[in-house]
Amino acid sequence: MTSISVFISVLGRYEFLQSALLTAVMVGIMSGIVGSFIILRGMSLMGDAISHAVLPGVAIAYMLGINVLLGASVFGILAALLIGFVATHSKIKTDTSIGVVFSAFYALGFILISLAESATNLHHILFGNILAVSDQDIMTTAIVLGLVILFVSFFFKELLITSFDTTYAQTYGLKTQVLHYGLMLVLTLVTVSALQTVGIILVVAMLITPAATAFLWTDRLVVMLFLAAGIGALAAISGLYFSYTLNWASGPAIVLAAAVLFAFSFICSPKQGFLKWHPRRSVE
Amino acid sequence: MLVVKNLTVAYDDSPVLTDVTVHFDAGKITGIIGPNGAGKSTLIKAILGLIKVRQGSVLYQDCPIHTIQKQIAYVEQRKDLDLNFPINVFDVVLTGTYGQLGVFHNPGQKAKQASLAALEQVGLSAFSKRQIGQLSGGQLQRVFVARAIVQEAAIIILDEPFVGIDLQSETAIMGIMKQWRDAGKTIIVIHHDLNKVSQYFDDLVVMNHGVVDYGPVKKVYNAQNITQAFSADLSTVLFDDQAVAK
Repeated sequence: MTSISVFISVLGRYEFLQSALLTAVMVGIMSGIVGSFIILRGMSLMGDAISHAVLPGVAIAYMLGINVLLGASVFGILAALLIGFVATHSKIKTDTSIGVVFSAFYALGFILISLAESATNLHHILFGNILAVSDQDIMTTAIVLGLVILFVSFFFKELLITSFDTTYAQTYGLKTQVLHYGLMLVLTLVTVSALQTVGIILVVAMLITPAATAFLWTDRLVVMLFLAAGIGALAAISGLYFSYTLNWASGPAIVLAAAVLFAFSFICSPKQGFLKWHPRRSVE
Repeated sequence: MLVVKNLTVAYDDSPVLTDVTVHFDAGKITGIIGPNGAGKSTLIKAILGLIKVRQGSVLYQDCPIHTIQKQIAYVEQRKDLDLNFPINVFDVVLTGTYGQLGVFHNPGQKAKQASLAALEQVGLSAFSKRQIGQLSGGQLQRVFVARAIVQEAAIIILDEPFVGIDLQSETAIMGIMKQWRDAGKTIIVIHHDLNKVSQYFDDLVVMNHGVVDYGPVKKVYNAQNITQAFSADLSTVLFDDQAVAK
């Protein structure tokens, strides 16, 4: 336990560690919230795809010196549109369409980054570099977190009904496609923010694992969103702690922390019922 | 009156419905029967505006149907839903108010009271806090009927509402449909069980790759139409029995 007090005292001393922790917590919260909708809509693969498909956008943004969020958003949305287009205009299934599009985008990203080698570090994009966040990064992350919270609060009931029952939403005239692409845009923004913390390869873990963990504990969407945000933040804090104390890479440490929380919930949560806390049975 | 006029619908160039015309009267419960692949679901999807219509029109009181989309309630087949979704019975019924509320407006006291009242009507008040996956098939179907009540729509379309549910729920749902009918609403039901046709419906649409016949049950539910839509064998079983009984 001494290491925890050491961590806290070090945290008080080093500004870079404070920045890292703040960013990681914000990313944990936003990916928990957005991830909840991703898993409920059965779009885990889509989450993975979008997080990889932003790579060329990141590369081009570095090359041109424009904001990374902008470049990534363009490619994230482009990938989402292309996946949708291929799936609806052919007999190819959506998951196949996702596989084709995102791998192509990812490959393009690699090539672009190798061309722009001097300007950026591929390793950091792929695995994150939380200890190097700048003040500007913190600001951007805070803005994205704000956007996520606004998006979900304004469109909560639309997100709920399209996730639960799209057909019904269409029958009363809701523009479900618009909402879908809105969510994809938000997902892209979250992905880019998470790049810094856990890197492209592990973004999907931050989207899915805390949300899946939260799902195991509750039967209400609102509760799930708050829980997922909390679990995401908790994973970020504990991951960073292990990263600092044991000298682990920060991204994988955070993702492993989330996975441990999931494993614990999988065994202990009432929904799984391995421990049989209270029997759940429908009464006729 | 809901009028489907010269409707043609096609998936991938092969027409499912060609030049279909059919009327649905207000204050009537209209059943739609026909074998699998007869185009029943396609017809209601066209009415609901869920699929593109190649030709023809759907009019309600002379207005194109898409202009009054919020006046239609749809009770879909339960198998299309994720029953593990973190939502309870009350919240499902509450989604019935979403259409009238519009974006940026959240359900208030009025919406919540309407939802509670609808749950009362279908006899599920005690279950309002229960996650939907923990209901029986019949109870779940009643939840979606309660949602349709909350929608206060003029047209209610139900897709095989009685499949796989208990008799108590079937009776309860039939009771609600009769209330809707008495309130002058248009009720359309895709139906499977030919035995209860005369008992449940006022009007009937018989389909098989298009509309075979439509009108009052007494006139339309006959050996000739059933032979044409299903088979001569089925027709013999259904209608010879009646003749013997008489």
